[in-house]
Amino acid sequence: MDKRVSMVAEIAALCGGHAEIRLMEVCGTHTVALFRTGVKGLLPENLKLLSGPGCPVCVTSQGFIDAAIDAARLPEVTICTYGDMVRVPGRSGSLAEHRAEGARIVVVYSARDALKFALEHPQTQVIFLAVGFETTTPGTALVVREAAARKVENFTVLASHKLVIPALEALLGDPESALHGFLCPGHVSVIIGAGAYVPIARDHGRPCVIAGFEPEQLLGGALHLVRQVTRGEARVENVYGVVVKEEGNPVARGFVDEVFEPADAVWRAMGTIPGSGLRLRDAYRNFDASARFGIVEGEDYDPPGCRCGDVIQGKLQPPSCALFGKGCTPAQPVGPCMVSSEGTCAAWYKYGRQRTGEAV
Amino acid sequence: MMCLATPGRLISRRPADDVGAGPTGIVDFHGSRVEVSLACTPEAEVGDWVLVHSGFAISRLDEADARETWELLRHDERLAEAVPEEFRDGGMDG
Repeated sequence: MDKRVSMVAEIAALCGGHAEIRLMEVCGTHTVALFRTGVKGLLPENLKLLSGPGCPVCVTSQGFIDAAIDAARLPEVTICTYGDMVRVPGRSGSLAEHRAEGARIVVVYSARDALKFALEHPQTQVIFLAVGFETTTPGTALVVREAAARKVENFTVLASHKLVIPALEALLGDPESALHGFLCPGHVSVIIGAGAYVPIARDHGRPCVIAGFEPEQLLGGALHLVRQVTRGEARVENVYGVVVKEEGNPVARGFVDEVFEPADAVWRAMGTIPGSGLRLRDAYRNFDASARFGIVEGEDYDPPGCRCGDVIQGKLQPPSCALFGKGCTPAQPVGPCMVSSEGTCAAWYKYGRQRTGEAV
Repeated sequence: MMCLATPGRLISRRPADDVGAGPTGIVDFHGSRVEVSLACTPEAEVGDWVLVHSGFAISRLDEADARETWELLRHDERLAEAVPEEFRDGGMDG
């Protein structure tokens, strides 16, 4: 029998007669891959795969979005940003809307491109919007380090980097979440390593399985989780071992440790999670845009009617939001989960509307 | 595309590029060639497959896995977003 067919069959057999099993896929790319490959539709009714806080733009607080827009309005400033940030609505519109009104906003593919832009445009102050999880952080650290070594005076970062493990621990502390296990992100784990999930399994009793993005990987991840849940086990398993190592990438983490230190961070709707973010160490404080330009990150808040905060915590599936597909679409997004290509609402809008009846 | 990394083959390397950040190399993504930082994968050698995220190689890859991952990715329209527009025609040289 085809391996994938046998995996689907074993998942169905294990779930049959079992109470509802609620798993969370932490990574936005997993959310999209589960839809695109059709794997989501192959899983039994009582196996729920809920999207988690794994889309960088989606977990960014509204206070940070507004701060980024404030920064874009400063004279002499050019914002360099990953594309996903540009269309997220803030209190006074999105960065894209401000660009239309004359703000200088440049979309970059890499943190290196932001520093390069600064070196090529010495007359402008470049602020790089440094968002993202552990995959993205080494790049920010490396360019800040490089800017310091070269004494670059027109480059700073407005940082809102996030760490995955503290967020998972925070979710488990919330009784409303009621999760049985985590499908752990493939590429974040390249950096942090499979070993990073041990506290989730050991201290919180939740199985963690790291998987890649192909159908067999996704099914394998779900199967290993279901096996553990139905047997009452909680271990870390890595079905993506060809890419993810136990120790991760210590060289990349070394750069991050050199430039950043752990700090409390505000997540959309989840509040302040201790030790879940990064701030520049004192030696690199010159490259902190908030210090140089007096940018203040305001309170987090929900855009009117927007339930992205519940979506990123797996408490609400997008079709259950009153705005989904009506007041909020990819063309006219209200919240970040509909903007980002990795956002849960955008994925449901593109692939999952035929399943609109499904509730959490 | 902040979670997705893409496999490609390292076809040349040099000590540092114009924005530094360590050694760099040209990675071939099925014809599209992009300069990436090798600071996080200093052990990568010409001919190796690497996994690239936002302009930084984050790990070396086994060739078979890299090929399989690539084959799946290239059928994914989102790949168009993972590789920057100016590089898609393979026009960038070192």
